[in-house]
Amino acid sequence: MSEATKSNLLQGVTGDWEVVVGMEIHAQVQSKAKLFSGASTEFGAEPNANVSLVDAAMPGMLPVINAYCVEQAVRTGLGLKAQINLRSIFDRKNYFYPDLPQGYQISQFKDPIVGEGEVIVDMPDGTSFTVGIERLHLEQDAGKSIHDLHPSKSYVDLNRSGIALMEIVSKPDIRSSEQAAAYLRKVRAIVRYLGTCDGNMEQGSMRADVNVSVRRPGDPLGTRCEMKNINSMRFVQQAIDYEAMRQIEIIEAGGTINQETRLFDSRNGETRTMRSKEEAHDYRYFPDPDLLPLEFDQAWVDEIASGLPELPDDKKARFIADMGLSPYDASVLVSDKSRAEFFEAVAEGRDAKLAANWVTGEFFGALNKNGTAIEDSPISAAQLGALVDLISDDTISGKIAKQVFEIMFETGEEPAKIVEDKGLKQVTDTGAIEAAVDEIIAANPDKVAEYKEKPKMFGWFVGQVMKVTQGKANPKAVNDILKAKLDG
Amino acid sequence: MSVDTETVRRIAHLARIAVKEEALEPMTGELNTILDWVEQLGEVNTEGVEPMTRVVDTQLRWRQDEVTDGGYPERVTKNAPDGDDGFFTVPKVVE
Repeated sequence: MSEATKSNLLQGVTGDWEVVVGMEIHAQVQSKAKLFSGASTEFGAEPNANVSLVDAAMPGMLPVINAYCVEQAVRTGLGLKAQINLRSIFDRKNYFYPDLPQGYQISQFKDPIVGEGEVIVDMPDGTSFTVGIERLHLEQDAGKSIHDLHPSKSYVDLNRSGIALMEIVSKPDIRSSEQAAAYLRKVRAIVRYLGTCDGNMEQGSMRADVNVSVRRPGDPLGTRCEMKNINSMRFVQQAIDYEAMRQIEIIEAGGTINQETRLFDSRNGETRTMRSKEEAHDYRYFPDPDLLPLEFDQAWVDEIASGLPELPDDKKARFIADMGLSPYDASVLVSDKSRAEFFEAVAEGRDAKLAANWVTGEFFGALNKNGTAIEDSPISAAQLGALVDLISDDTISGKIAKQVFEIMFETGEEPAKIVEDKGLKQVTDTGAIEAAVDEIIAANPDKVAEYKEKPKMFGWFVGQVMKVTQGKANPKAVNDILKAKLDG
Repeated sequence: MSVDTETVRRIAHLARIAVKEEALEPMTGELNTILDWVEQLGEVNTEGVEPMTRVVDTQLRWRQDEVTDGGYPERVTKNAPDGDDGFFTVPKVVE
C-alpha cells in the first residue's frame, strides 16, 4: 500500500487532495487459436476471415475451451504472485452491441481463475511501491466496429471476436498518474517476460480501464469515475490528471461526484460523460450453461510454475547481487525483456559494470535519440560486446570508444574494423609516448618550473601529450611516464 | 420473487425485445406465475449441498491450441441482411 506522500498530493483551492486509482488491464492472450473456437488470432487479416461459426454466434454452435489459453492465464497468475483457483466458473455477461453477436460475453464473474496477488512497481526516482492484484479472469474479446467508413452505417469485423483476454484487476493502491503508468509498464513487462501477451498497446492487445476518485488524505474512498479502453501510457496519465482535477473542482465548488463511465478524448485530453445512469449497463450475469466449471489440479499448476522464465524482479536482484550493478541500472535494464536480453548478451563473459554503462549510456541514448526500437538496432549485442572488449584489453580508450560507437551506430560496421581503418588504436608503445613527453618537456621549461611549485600543472602536461598523440595514447602509460620524467 | 411491469419493460429493453405497452401487464402476470412455480423449489432444504453443474460425471472438454476453423468470411456474412466489402454493416452506432 503506498502512503500518502506529500509529493503525490494534488493542490486544490481549499487544501490538498489525494487521488486514488484502480486499474483493469485487458491483456490479449498470446495463442494461435481463440478462447472457445479454432479460428486464428492473427492481427490484420481480411475482415471476418478469422471467424468461425462459433465466433459469429450461429445457432447451435458450442464453445470448447482452448487448453493453452488456460495455461497462459495460470502462468500470468503465477507471474503476479497470485493465488491460482483450481476451480473457476464461466458466466455470461449480457449486453447488446453490434460487435457482440452472442448478445453476451463469456467471462468469469464470481469465481475467477486467478485470485489475489501483488506487483512491485519501481519508480524512476528509485523508490518502489506495491499494487495489490484483486483478481485475473479469462473472457472473450468483442469484435470491432468501424464508424468512419460510411455516413450512416457502422462496419463490423468479427476477427477479434472470441480472442482470449485476461482482465487483470488491481486494488485501488495507486496514488498518482505517474504511478499508474509505472504500474501498467510493470504489468506489461511481466506478461512480455512470460510470453502470455505481446503488450502491444497500439494494436490494442493491451488496454486499460482506469478508475479515479479523490479524497482528503486519510478520509474514506471518494466516489469513482471509470474511463474505459485507454490504449497508451501517455493517455492513461493524461486521463487521470484531467479527471482528478475535474473532481476536485466539483467538490470544492460544493458539488458531488456522480459514479459514471466517462470517455477519454485523446484529441483534447479531456474526459466526458459516456453513459448516463438511466442507460447504465445491467449485465445480468449468470453461469454459462454451455460450459462446465474449469477444473485442473495443483500438479499441473506446479508444472507450469517450474517452467516460468526469470521475471524482472528476480533478474534485477541477480544483476545487483551477482553482477554488482547499481539498483538504478538494474531496474532500467530489466524494465523490458528485449533490453535485459540485449544486456545479458553484451555482459556474457565480460565486465558486467562496464557492459551496463555502455548499454544504458551510449546505446540506450542513441536508440532514444534516433527513436529506434531495440529490435531494429543497427548494432548487435555481439558488436557492442566486441567494443567493450577493445576497451577492456586497452586497444582503445573509453573516449575513443565513443567515437567508434557513433560510427558503428551509423554504419553497422565491426568495431575492430573501424579502429583499424581509422587508425584509432591506442598507443601503448612506451617509446613513442616517451618521445612525445621528452619533446613537450624540452619545449616548455617554464611550465616545468611552474609544475615544481604547483603539482596541479600535471594535468596540463597530460593534455599536451594527448594532443600530440591525437588522443590515442594509453592514459595510464602517459601518467606513469610523465610522473617519472617530471619528478625524476 | 415477483416482477412488476416496470421491471418487465426494462428487461425487454435490455434484451432488445419489442413488447407493446398493452402486452406488458399480461406478460408481467405470466412471468410471475412462472416465478411462483419455480419458487416452489425453495421448499427443498439444500443446506450444505453443492450446486449441481452436471447430471452425469463428466469434465469440461479441452481443445488444443491449433487453428482448425475460420477462413470463410463469405459463409460468415452470408445471411447478413446488409454488408459491404466483407464487413457486416449496421445502422451507425457511436457511444
